Amino acid sequence: MLWNAVLLALRELRRNTMRSFLTMLGIIIGVAAVIILVTLGGGATRQVTEQIASLGSNLLMIRPGKHMGPAQSTGAAPFKLADAEALARDVPALAAVAPTAGSAMTAIFANENWNTAVTGSSEQYFRVSNRQLKSGRLFTASDVRSGSAVCVIGETVRAKLFGTRDPIGSRIRLNKLSCEVIGLLEAKGQSTMGSDQDDIVVIPLRTFHRRVAGNTDVGMIQVSVRDGESTAKAEEAITRVLRARRHLSESEEDNFDVFDLKEIATMLSGTTRVLTSLLGAVAAVSLLVGGIGIMNIMLVSVTERTREIGTRLAIGALEREVLLQFLVEAVVLSSFGGLIGILVALGSSLALAGVLGIPFVLNAPIVLISFLFSAAVGVVFGFFPARKAARLDPIDALRHE
Amino acid sequence: MNGNESTSTGPALIELAGVTRVYGTGDAAVHALGGVDLAIVQGEFVAVMGPSGSGKSTAMNILGCLDTPTSGTYRFLGVEVGGLTHNPRARLRRNYLGFVFQGFNLLNRTSALENVELPLIYRGDSPGVRRAQARQALAQVGLTGWEHHTPGELSGGQQQRVAIARAMVTRPVVLLADEPTGNLDSARSAEIMHLLTAINRDHGVTVIMVTHEPDMAAYAKRTIRFRDGLIETDHSHTGGG
Repeated sequence: MLWNAVLLALRELRRNTMRSFLTMLGIIIGVAAVIILVTLGGGATRQVTEQIASLGSNLLMIRPGKHMGPAQSTGAAPFKLADAEALARDVPALAAVAPTAGSAMTAIFANENWNTAVTGSSEQYFRVSNRQLKSGRLFTASDVRSGSAVCVIGETVRAKLFGTRDPIGSRIRLNKLSCEVIGLLEAKGQSTMGSDQDDIVVIPLRTFHRRVAGNTDVGMIQVSVRDGESTAKAEEAITRVLRARRHLSESEEDNFDVFDLKEIATMLSGTTRVLTSLLGAVAAVSLLVGGIGIMNIMLVSVTERTREIGTRLAIGALEREVLLQFLVEAVVLSSFGGLIGILVALGSSLALAGVLGIPFVLNAPIVLISFLFSAAVGVVFGFFPARKAARLDPIDALRHE
Repeated sequence: MNGNESTSTGPALIELAGVTRVYGTGDAAVHALGGVDLAIVQGEFVAVMGPSGSGKSTAMNILGCLDTPTSGTYRFLGVEVGGLTHNPRARLRRNYLGFVFQGFNLLNRTSALENVELPLIYRGDSPGVRRAQARQALAQVGLTGWEHHTPGELSGGQQQRVAIARAMVTRPVVLLADEPTGNLDSARSAEIMHLLTAINRDHGVTVIMVTHEPDMAAYAKRTIRFRDGLIETDHSHTGGG
């Protein structure tokens, strides 16, 4: 009986191809919207997660002053190299400590110039911030001790200054400092915050202090915590050491901040996830609207086909056969619409992920759920019109003009 | 088969006894049938006539098991069917009755073959059997070669023949035709009447036909005339006019 109902329903839908398609459109758009949003949201979340993983092993950043937001901080004395050395010595949980000082500067090579971020740090910087070398070499502890005029550049800087040429061995100019490019870093892409992590020139800290900044301030200390050590405990130890070094009494608040970047990134990915669910929910509402569209068309169809229903009943269709036929028509419309919606969604999210530069993360459960949901929409919104059709009195229905 | 004694020539196929049909209740009640007694035997060709409001449509609805009597009994093949509920009546219709309507009532944009197949789908026949029987029924009404035409591509006479094929495909015992020639010109009407006569004569199918036109009623062997919810006259005559 079900098979017969499917047969009759399919014949019916074929009779009205255009109307069937337009009715399905609501469901197609609804399903596609849900899947596209969830897929793109999933891609964005994946991207953030990958960035967390690339941040460096157990990276903590220590900055002077109290930070309220990304750009605000209360004034406080900067760190000195000795602070970093003290942390390396007195906090055994730390695997590496990299004092850094930075400045925005124009890098010049031949006729090319490019505004970039110049960072002075120790040789440990590369380990702490998880940067791999692509070609050349990194500077060493002895380069840092002697304050050599050498630099390691990021991919963006290389591209802007050198184009297709090999940068290794060339000299670039940073204000008054002329330094030799000894290494090129592996590209790392955008950071969680959206900045280009390859737009960077790294020089030894002592070189930075002497030849660029003209002072011995350390703007930030980046440390990495040993594997297996708790970052929270390391944070406590760092705070203890720095409080002592900065002569803070019990009653005074810290005048520096220890950031766990992973925490921030985790928070960000949480936000992305919440946004994804929210957008998905809005899209699910459009699916519901599509369902109402189906109900509307089915009701119109029942009225329009009253005589036909009367004929079917007269020639021996049972009430439940008519009910089933109309129900199956609605379910076929909605689930077929769901299928088309899935195809549309997969195509467009693949394209959109490419355009937006985020990974394409297929969320199979969502695809399945939206398909089942679309079929369920057919059952729910098809039932009322179907019952209306089945309950028609054949005599009245046959007389209907 | 002559005269009113036709009931005695065979076992009654259809037997109405004291059938009334009242629509509404109280003061608003309409007595569409006021106690009808009628017997029709297997193989008859009956024309039902009468002005509108005479009760002939109500009587046809009851005979076609589309409606139930308010009181009285309706015995079909000796079985009381007046009190049956929806589903048993639908099964009775699909197995024993065939319907032909004035407006043909074919599914539009659906081929003649699929239209004729429809009752067989409800009966649950397999696709092969369905197809073969539908083709045979179309051949019987002279529409071989028109199987894949939709009603829109057929003339009125052809459409009515498709409808007759649809009614006949289940091999019913009774064919109920409600003004089958009402929408046709006289030449097409004659064709349809010849077809109904042939079905009645060659297959022994009992035909009950409502008509306004005495010309059409002349094809029948018996004419029942309704007036005011009662049978006014019931004449038997030799059909084939």
